[in-house]
Amino acid sequence: MTDRPTLRTFIAYVHDRPGVLARIAMLFRRRAWNIVSLTVGGTHVAGLSRMTIQIEADDDAARRVEANLYKLLEVLWVKDITREPSIKRDLALIKVKADATTRAQVLQLCEVFRAKTVDVSQEGLVLEITGTEDKIQGFLEVLRPLGVIEMVSTGMIAITRGAEAPPIEAWLNVGHDRDDVGDDEAAE
Amino acid sequence: MAREEHADPAAPALRARRTGAQILWEVLRQEGVEVCFGYPGGAIMPAYDALLGYPEIKHVLVRHEQGGAHMADGYARASGKVGVCIGTSGPGATNLVTGIATAMLDSVPMVAITGQVSSKLIGSDAFQEVDIAGITLPITKHNYLVTRAEDLAQTLREAFYVARSGRPGPVLVDITKDAQQASIDYVPHTRPVRLPGYRPKHALHEEQLAKAALMIAEAHRPLILAGHGIVKSEATRALLAFCEKTGIPVASTLLGLGGFPASHPLALGMMGMHGEAWVNHAIQESDLLIALGMRFDDRVTGNLKTYAVKAKKIHVEIDPAEINKNVKVDLGIVGDVREALQALLPRVEPKARKPWSARIHELRGDSAVRDIQNLPDTGHLYAAHVIHDLWRLTEGKALVVSDVGQHQMWEAQYYRHDYARKLITSGGLGTMGFSLPAAVGAKFAKPGEEVWVIVGDGGFQMTACELATCAQEGIKVNVAIINNGFLGMVRQWQEFFYDGRYSATPMKSPDFVKLADAHGLVGLRVTKRDEIAAAVAKARATEGTVVIDFRVEQEDSVYPMVPAGADLHDMIRRPSPLVEKADDP
Ligand SMILES: Cc1ncc(C[n+]2csc(CCOP(=O)(O)OP(=O)(O)O)c2C)c(N)n1
Ligand SMILES: [Mg+2]
Repeated sequence: MTDRPTLRTFIAYVHDRPGVLARIAMLFRRRAWNIVSLTVGGTHVAGLSRMTIQIEADDDAARRVEANLYKLLEVLWVKDITREPSIKRDLALIKVKADATTRAQVLQLCEVFRAKTVDVSQEGLVLEITGTEDKIQGFLEVLRPLGVIEMVSTGMIAITRGAEAPPIEAWLNVGHDRDDVGDDEAAE
Repeated sequence: MAREEHADPAAPALRARRTGAQILWEVLRQEGVEVCFGYPGGAIMPAYDALLGYPEIKHVLVRHEQGGAHMADGYARASGKVGVCIGTSGPGATNLVTGIATAMLDSVPMVAITGQVSSKLIGSDAFQEVDIAGITLPITKHNYLVTRAEDLAQTLREAFYVARSGRPGPVLVDITKDAQQASIDYVPHTRPVRLPGYRPKHALHEEQLAKAALMIAEAHRPLILAGHGIVKSEATRALLAFCEKTGIPVASTLLGLGGFPASHPLALGMMGMHGEAWVNHAIQESDLLIALGMRFDDRVTGNLKTYAVKAKKIHVEIDPAEINKNVKVDLGIVGDVREALQALLPRVEPKARKPWSARIHELRGDSAVRDIQNLPDTGHLYAAHVIHDLWRLTEGKALVVSDVGQHQMWEAQYYRHDYARKLITSGGLGTMGFSLPAAVGAKFAKPGEEVWVIVGDGGFQMTACELATCAQEGIKVNVAIINNGFLGMVRQWQEFFYDGRYSATPMKSPDFVKLADAHGLVGLRVTKRDEIAAAVAKARATEGTVVIDFRVEQEDSVYPMVPAGADLHDMIRRPSPLVEKADDP
């Protein structure tokens, strides 16, 4: 248990419907929770999107984040994976100055950071790097003296380790249409 | 689309050509809607035109959409069913906003239907276009924009289901004009609504019930905090059985009043900012609080740092997001309050609680002496007198709808509610102007009930236009205006906390008797206590809505009072006459 706010990572499966992102953003705004990072993308299940949300929260607040997310009808399943073994990645594209004199140096740094060159022009390179935010920041710092022109990063996506599947199919099949069924029972 | 699959193929015989507007009314009828409260305009005209074909649904023409929303709200609170209000796009929709927010904060099941500009105009800032779904995002349980007639039936059925299930709340359905106009082949949907991911119900867990029973067995000074959830889950009988078996006394929130009979020996009264002194003290001395269907609002806790620090806390609540929100609890039980009480009953043991009840009795102290009922008659008419007498004269059986302000607190203190769903008031949002329209809605829900509105001179003027609705519908509610010539509650704060600087609180009002008269209604005026009974009798005997202008003491204050954010036990008390005497020169 921690009472101090720490960085938390949630994953949320949501129905891919108009306005779902606005609803989630509105929820965080209304409850005055600060989103550190939020990414949305497709999933292996048609009609569902998956979000990775990072926020600062203590244990209690984290539980309420989850409970409040569940109150949104579009939200199918939520998990706080902060303490689960998991893989967390950002992807960044960095446009950096690289002329004849500095190109070799940039490419050498790419090697060290396992970044890829995805575009080459007379004056510069576009580099692609994946990794934790720390690693990307580190890469950015060493590139900075050479001249960073522009960068973009995705925000974090995360997935738990191991072979366990999220109980999405189960939740999709639970109707919640009968007043006599406790929904906890239904899916678990 | 997933939606179409809900149409029941077993009923092809019922297939018929219907416009979206007709489907709207068919689904409402199917949902058991008997009455709806609304106001027409361009974008909802197709629906209003189709309404003529559905005479079994009563439509009440309101005078302001806010009134319509409050009527739907009052209807829902009085009946336990879903209330329905309707408005047009743009200003019609925005006028509903206060009423929707009021319903949201008090978890009232409501479906608000709004017309919207045609789908091809959406996003163009068309005439009377407003993004009402966007505006109401944080004040609805859920909302929908429907742009195709094909989606209408399923969406509306979902809306009703969502509004009434789990922790209830308002749902808005915004329907474009073209979706109302389009004709489609329609088969009534009869299958249950399926909403994967929506979790309105939660199973009770054996370990939690066992733990609760243990905590209850170990407690010496337990107290139940009964909230709105008792009323909503119809848990009165379960609560009575539980209290009578365990001997645990009950304190109520404002919205919990009536959920447990006030005349019961275990009923302590209201807690919180204007709660009874002994109730707040008992909370602070308790060693176990059992909170049932309430949410530890700041108006009931005062300073959280000093709130019930000696007490362990059990919180039974249908909404998991409420647990540990304001007050950290030792045991959270997510579930329906009635079911939880029923499940707990066989697990708890009877226990004599003499020392604790004696202590609570002691805590009453000189409260009775300070009670305005017992102060020497000064010839002044006090609001508390009016409400106390009204309680006596109606034998506590009226359905009372109170507004927001001092009179609301006096109502809570002096009209002793023995029955659930007989006090309707805006607790969470504190919406002035709520009472008259909510009473109209309540009267439609319970035509056999004697309905009284208790409202301030300020709040009454916010929605007084609905008197015209009362007159047009020929319905009877009795309106007791507690006329103190001030925005009294704000004046009281100015007196206590702003050195008596009365900024924008003295209020000049029209002649309410003449106002009633102008509506073709009966108006009465009362200036002395001995006139109350006759006026109440006259009002009760009169057909149609009656307005009574009670000219009460202008600068009386509501006591006790826990200043906002202060410790719950730190109350400002009504000066005791005995103490005052001692100070006399
Ligand atoms: C719509 C709205 N505006 C403002 C307030 C703030 N407010 C709370 S109580 C009150 C005074 C109410 O005056 P009145 O209706 O005369 O009742 P009284 O307190 O005098 O009994 C005000 C202005 C409110 N609750 N609702
Ligand atoms: Mg007043």
